[in-house]
Amino acid sequence: MSIITEYKIPLGQYMENFIDLLVEHGSWFFDYTAITLEWLIETLTQFLLWFPPLIFISLMASLAYLIHRKVGIVIYTVLSLLLILNLGYWDATMTTLALVLYATFFCVLIGTPVGIYAAHHPWLYQVLRPLLDLMQTIPTFVYLIPTLTLFGLGVVPGLISTVIFAIAAPIRLTYLGISEVPKELIEAGKSFGCTPRQLLYKVELPAAMTSIAAGITQCIMLALSMVVIAALVGADGLGKPVIRALNTVDIAKGFEAGLAIVLIAILLDRLFKQESATQPS
Amino acid sequence: MITLKNIDVIFGDRPEQAFPLIDQGYTREQIQQATSLITGVQQANLTIKKGEICVLMGLSGSGKSTLLRCLNGLNTISRGEILIDYQQQKINFSEASATLKREIRMHHIAMVFQSFALMPWLTVAENVAFGLDLQKISKKEKSKRVTQQLSLVGLTEWKNAFPHELSGGMRQRVGLARALASESPVLLMDEPFSALDPLIRQQLQDELLSLQAELQKTIVFVSHDLDEALKLGTQIAIMKDGCIVQHGAPEEIVLHPANDYVRNFVAHTNPLGVLKANTLMTQYEASETEVVPINNGHYSQLVVNGDKLQQAYINQEGKKLDLQHWQPGRSIQLLKSLPTTIPLDTSMQDIIAIKNATRQNIFVVGADKIIGYITESELYHGFLGKHLATA
Repeated sequence: MSIITEYKIPLGQYMENFIDLLVEHGSWFFDYTAITLEWLIETLTQFLLWFPPLIFISLMASLAYLIHRKVGIVIYTVLSLLLILNLGYWDATMTTLALVLYATFFCVLIGTPVGIYAAHHPWLYQVLRPLLDLMQTIPTFVYLIPTLTLFGLGVVPGLISTVIFAIAAPIRLTYLGISEVPKELIEAGKSFGCTPRQLLYKVELPAAMTSIAAGITQCIMLALSMVVIAALVGADGLGKPVIRALNTVDIAKGFEAGLAIVLIAILLDRLFKQESATQPS
Repeated sequence: MITLKNIDVIFGDRPEQAFPLIDQGYTREQIQQATSLITGVQQANLTIKKGEICVLMGLSGSGKSTLLRCLNGLNTISRGEILIDYQQQKINFSEASATLKREIRMHHIAMVFQSFALMPWLTVAENVAFGLDLQKISKKEKSKRVTQQLSLVGLTEWKNAFPHELSGGMRQRVGLARALASESPVLLMDEPFSALDPLIRQQLQDELLSLQAELQKTIVFVSHDLDEALKLGTQIAIMKDGCIVQHGAPEEIVLHPANDYVRNFVAHTNPLGVLKANTLMTQYEASETEVVPINNGHYSQLVVNGDKLQQAYINQEGKKLDLQHWQPGRSIQLLKSLPTTIPLDTSMQDIIAIKNATRQNIFVVGADKIIGYITESELYHGFLGKHLATA
């Protein structure tokens, strides 16, 4: 027994040394990344806040109608946003929206190509799968610490942690969608003379669209679930009042901010959820 | 023309292990035991001529689909040569560059699938245009060709429907239109009608035959149904365990089965569409002046006057009966109750209809001479498969 405990393997130390090494040699890179990302999020937030709230609400309502052509979802959009405005969480909601949109954007930007590549190279997915499991199961606080060291306080470590946490969804569902494209559709594409690129754009991606879209919706939801944790490292938005309410045991404030998060989550989910119009035969 | 020379398709790693075994004539089973490799096709030799319908026939696992898929590269051959005539050149397809292969798939060889393989997110018209979208074709030309193909298969009104809104038969018509739209001279059809119910299947077979009469494509058709093969094929290649066991015209297969395997298949087919007058008839040497009795229970004689077919008549129990002459395409219902002459290649189906309409003996004409006769007993022999023994 003592032999096992006598010498502790310094795993944690290794990790710390690695991060230190990154800070030492790559700080310029992380600094620039942090500045750029912060500027992007700030600009988008300012842009969203530039709209008078009522104009923004009517734009969202029109968007909902354009996508789904259903009255119910339009009514929900208007009422939920009006309620948020009334409760006084408008600015925080816009900030959160900017963070979630960026996180989703980066997740899709990286995750979809990775998913496609993994579907075409099964060995890669074998490597990727434990990594994705790890990214989703490690308590988010744990990788909040190194991102904090690398990017400093603020919205950027929040965004990075959110991307790490949420990116598994688009990768997995893109992989699933592409690798489940019926073999005969691929063969049909090939037999009519598709190049590999045409095969991807004309057969695989359209066939996998339902699954990829589900991945994006799931990614948005995962990103939203991270806003409170992002607030811990200094990201503004709806997470902040929740943390503050927790610290001051303020039931009223906690309830209101929590409700705003839920309303936004339902809104985004309904807005982007695709109804599969054409069922595969 | 497409020529297949000594094609081997072997699945598994290091297929070259199986080559010496194949050369020594090992069967698929023996090769699998010795090397754990599975041979899809072994030493297949086949020539498919322009304008013919070549049916690859066999049970599942016989390698027929595997061989078909080699022709457009969906399967890769392990050894052998596929020579395809393309733009006045003989192309060795398996050695061709990726670009040339794509070009051949785009312009020369189109395919129809058993499961239809339509894109569920595209409308009927968009599906038909699928092959054209990959090529540089003007919008006008594209919509012209799509309209033309849709009217050819009778789906003009469904052009904006999605595949899931169509019945199986209609879906396969879309699949056929998609293949025809590329205007490729060669069509590969991989059990295209097997997923359809029997009535629709027959209807589509008839449609394919009438389309083929008009378009004169070179068709390679895979089927597990000998009746279908006999109906559609101008040539039939029967496959078993990866080998082609017999290749020939439909009558050839039915009349001279190469081995027990083919004989067993043939025994269960319907002879009506396959057997022709020349195989059913009893041969008959008519000399110019001689009067020859025909053994028919009754006493009747064929009297041939001189060289002319028109002057021949039948002496039946003292009565003189004129001969009437039937040609394909003429109405059988309008025939009188007289002995009838028919051409050599009249099908058994027509012969029975003529027999039923006239109730008289039938004479077979070849080179403007009567060369044989068909009475009830010849027909019964046809049904019972006795011609196999005599032929």
